[in-house]
Amino acid sequence: MAALLLTVLVAVSGGLGAIIRFVVDGVVRSRLGSRYPFGTTVINLSGAMLLGFVTSLALGQVLSNDWRLMLGTGLLGGYTTFSTASFETVRLLQAGRYGAALCNGVGMLVVSVLLAGAGFWLGTLIAGS
Amino acid sequence: MSDSDPAPGDYELPYDSDVEVDDIETGSLEAVASSRPVHLRPIFLLIVGVGGAAGTLARYTLQQMVEPVGGVPVITLVINAVGAFLLGLLLENLVRRGEDRGRRRVLRLLLGTGALGGFTTYSALSVDTLTLLHEGRVGLALLYAMGTLVAGVAASILGIAVGIRANRRADRRATGSDSTGGKR
Repeated sequence: MAALLLTVLVAVSGGLGAIIRFVVDGVVRSRLGSRYPFGTTVINLSGAMLLGFVTSLALGQVLSNDWRLMLGTGLLGGYTTFSTASFETVRLLQAGRYGAALCNGVGMLVVSVLLAGAGFWLGTLIAGS
Repeated sequence: MSDSDPAPGDYELPYDSDVEVDDIETGSLEAVASSRPVHLRPIFLLIVGVGGAAGTLARYTLQQMVEPVGGVPVITLVINAVGAFLLGLLLENLVRRGEDRGRRRVLRLLLGTGALGGFTTYSALSVDTLTLLHEGRVGLALLYAMGTLVAGVAASILGIAVGIRANRRADRRATGSDSTGGKR
């Protein structure tokens, strides 16, 4: 694929990912409230697992590199967010909720790596690699 | 969180920057037209999408330009830290200018939820850490993951602090006296 077209598609995918994040966050928040940032947690954990899956499929040649960039770098990169997660951790720290802040910081990161591993493993089952 | 009507300086930053807690604009025609929550209104979805595409484009371009250093995607760490700083700065500035509606809400959704949300990425952080672990470079994986986490929190705090200082200076110029600068 032409590099320019691919760049445009990655950007558009990222915009779509951001929209999905916005909706998921709103829906989760309306269900679970906003005392703890469950929305961003759900988004980042699901996004990490899906990126593990996409990366695995790409390594197993099931997905082309162009698809990996559109789905991984674009869609899932735009869907997940680090800036909001950091900001929310700081807000929890400011509120003196240190346990919640630790959970939102270190906890989310550890679980996200585990889920990325689970996604990767699922991908190898499909790719047969 | 309080639903009363505080003075502009009294607004607290939301825990979650992406959606408002009390998003009901009562008493106006807009309220009737927009009884749907913010995250389901097409115009706001479009604004978030445009911002998200711009942020993703910037991240993708930087990642293409800067090669990983010794297998560590240093540019992703820099992107995430810069994004965390800018989000702190943006939200602090917006919240000190008053209620989240109108132009302020558009800016928050375009620049914060959209552009900075799309610019920064969590999934790459997770998978890149996993890759380092998979390669048996456990120390480097921990350093990268914890380094990003600490840098993000520090950058957010710095962004908020810079926002507070900038607003205090602006307040002093506007009123000729020292501002108490809200609750913090």
